[in-house]
Amino acid sequence: MSFGHGDLRELYQEVIFDHNRSPRNFHRMDDADRVAEGHNPLCGDQLTLFVRLDDGVIADASFVGHGCAISTASASLMTEAVKGKTVDEVESLFRDFHALLTGAAPEGRDFGKLEVLAGVREFPVRVKCATLAWHTLHNALTGEGEPAKTE
Amino acid sequence: MNALATDTPTPATIAGVATAGGAAPGGTLVASELARDFPILSRPVRGKRLVYLDNGATTHKPDAVVEAERLFYRESNANIHRGVHWLSQHATDLYEQARGRVQRLLNAARADEIVFTRGTTESINLVAFSWGRANLAAGDEIVLTGMEHHSNIVPWQLLCEQTGAVLKVVPLTDRGELQLDVYESLLGPRTRLVSVVHVSNALGTVNPVARMIERAHAVGARVLVDGAQAVAHQPVDVQALGCDFYAFSGHKLYGPTGTGALYARHELLAAMPPWQGGGDMIRTVSFERSTWADAPQRFEAGTPNIAGAVGLAAAIDYVLAIGLDRIAAHEHRLLVHATEAVQRIPGLRLLGTAREKAGILSFLVDGIHPHDLGTILDAEGVAIRAGHHCAMPVMTRFGIPGTARASFALYNDERDVAALVAAIGKAQQMFGAGARK
Repeated sequence: MSFGHGDLRELYQEVIFDHNRSPRNFHRMDDADRVAEGHNPLCGDQLTLFVRLDDGVIADASFVGHGCAISTASASLMTEAVKGKTVDEVESLFRDFHALLTGAAPEGRDFGKLEVLAGVREFPVRVKCATLAWHTLHNALTGEGEPAKTE
Repeated sequence: MNALATDTPTPATIAGVATAGGAAPGGTLVASELARDFPILSRPVRGKRLVYLDNGATTHKPDAVVEAERLFYRESNANIHRGVHWLSQHATDLYEQARGRVQRLLNAARADEIVFTRGTTESINLVAFSWGRANLAAGDEIVLTGMEHHSNIVPWQLLCEQTGAVLKVVPLTDRGELQLDVYESLLGPRTRLVSVVHVSNALGTVNPVARMIERAHAVGARVLVDGAQAVAHQPVDVQALGCDFYAFSGHKLYGPTGTGALYARHELLAAMPPWQGGGDMIRTVSFERSTWADAPQRFEAGTPNIAGAVGLAAAIDYVLAIGLDRIAAHEHRLLVHATEAVQRIPGLRLLGTAREKAGILSFLVDGIHPHDLGTILDAEGVAIRAGHHCAMPVMTRFGIPGTARASFALYNDERDVAALVAAIGKAQQMFGAGARK
C-alpha cells in the first residue's frame, strides 16, 4: 500500500493507529490525586487527565477526551510510559520528548514506544497535538490550575 | 470609469485580464485558463500539483494584482492627502480611484460611503466602537446569528461590556439555515442593530439578508452585513439590499492581505464619531480641542495601506472583467458537482446543507479527525482547512469539535474535486476499516 509520501508514513505509524483505535488507560479515575484539563482550541482537542500518586511515584495515569489520531495516541502512550516513574523522572522525560519532536533529540535517551511519535518532527503544526497530553500532565503534577493549552 | 487602469504606467497587465481566454466576455468561464493568471497555482507543493481548496481562508492573487502593487511602489509611491508634490497627488489619485472601485463593486451611491480598513474584522470593530458606543445604551439589543464568525461576535461582546447592551442570537436549523421565525420574534423596540453574515464561512449558507434587513428596518434597527465570504462569489448591491453597513476583506477577493472596506450609509457615517485618532483624520488640532475631518477620512487615521488599496482595485477590476455573475454560476456548478461527488464517499457527512449555498463544503469523515484528514490531504497537494473555522458556536451547535472544509474559487474545477475525492479515499485506506468511531 503506497501513500505516495514517505514522511506521512513516518507520522502515521502502525503503533499510532493502534493507540488511536484502542487507546490504553482510556477511562476516568475515581481515586485520582490529580486531575487536569487540556485543550487545543485550534483543532478542538480536549482531554482530562487523571493521576494517582504514591510517595512521589506515578502509580496510575488515565485520560478521557477526544482529539486527532496524534493527540489520542500520544496521550495513550504517555499514560503507559509514565507509570512507575517519579515526578522528577516524568518532567525530565517530557523535556527530552519535546526535544525529540522539535528536532533536537538528546543523545542516549531510550524513548521506548514514544519513539514512534518522532515523525511529528516533519510536521511542525502537529507538535502541539503530540504534546497536549504532556502539557496537561505537567500541569497536573505541578498543580497549576489553568487548563493546559497548546496552540 | 477605468481611470486606474489607464493612469497606471503599464495597463497591459490589467487589460491582459480581459484578453485571457478564460475571461472572454459572456458564456461559461474556463477555470483552467483563468488559473494561469495566478502564478502560485503553478508551483508544486510536497511534490504534487497544488490543489488549493482553502479559498475561504484566503484566495490567491492574479498577476494583475501582484503587478499593480509592484508598479505602485516602483512608479507611484508617495504619501497621500498631504504632499504638494506631483507624486503625492498621483498616489492620492490612485488611492481615491481605488475607493471608487470599491463603490462600483458594491454599487454604493457615493464613494465617500467607503472607508478603507485592514479587512472585515476591522470594519466590524469600527462600527462597534464608533457607531455602537455613540448609539447603544444599557438594555439595548444586538441581534446576531448562530453562524457568525468570531469577528462578528467578539466586537459586540466588548461593546456590550461597555454599554450594558445585550446580545440575542438567532438559532440554526439542522441544515444550517437560520430559524427565521425566531429571528422575527427577537426583533423588538430595543433592537438597535442586527449584524448578520451574508455567507457562512463554516457552512456555506447564503442568508436571506435582503428580507432580514427589511424586517430589522421595520423595527427601526440598523443592519450590518458581514460580506467576507460573499463579495468574491456573487454580485453585491448594497443599495438593493438596503443595508446600513457592509464589511468585506480584500484578501478573500483575490486582493492583498491587510486590505478591506466598510460601506456605511452616508447619513450614518457623517454622524459617527472617530474611533482612532491620528494624522489624516483631523481638520484642526490644538491642545485644547481638535476637530475632525469629514467621512471617510475621519475613519482613516494614519497612513493607510496605499499600495494595498491599489492592489485591491486591480482585484476588483479582475473579477468585474470576468463578471461576478459568471463566477457565481461557475462556482455553483462546481458546488453541485462536488456535493454529489463527496456524498458518494462512504462515511462522509456534510455539515451545512442549506438550500441556498455558496461554494463551501464542510464535512466529517467517520473515524478520521479533521486534523488528520488535513495532514493526509496536504501530503497529496490538496490544501483544505481543518478546525472550527473561527465559528466555535457553529461547532457547539452541531456537537462536534471541528470539520474539514473545502472552499472554492473561480480557478477551481472538476479536476480539483477529483483530487479531493481521491485524497479522502487515501486517508480512509490509511486509517483502515477499524478506525475508531
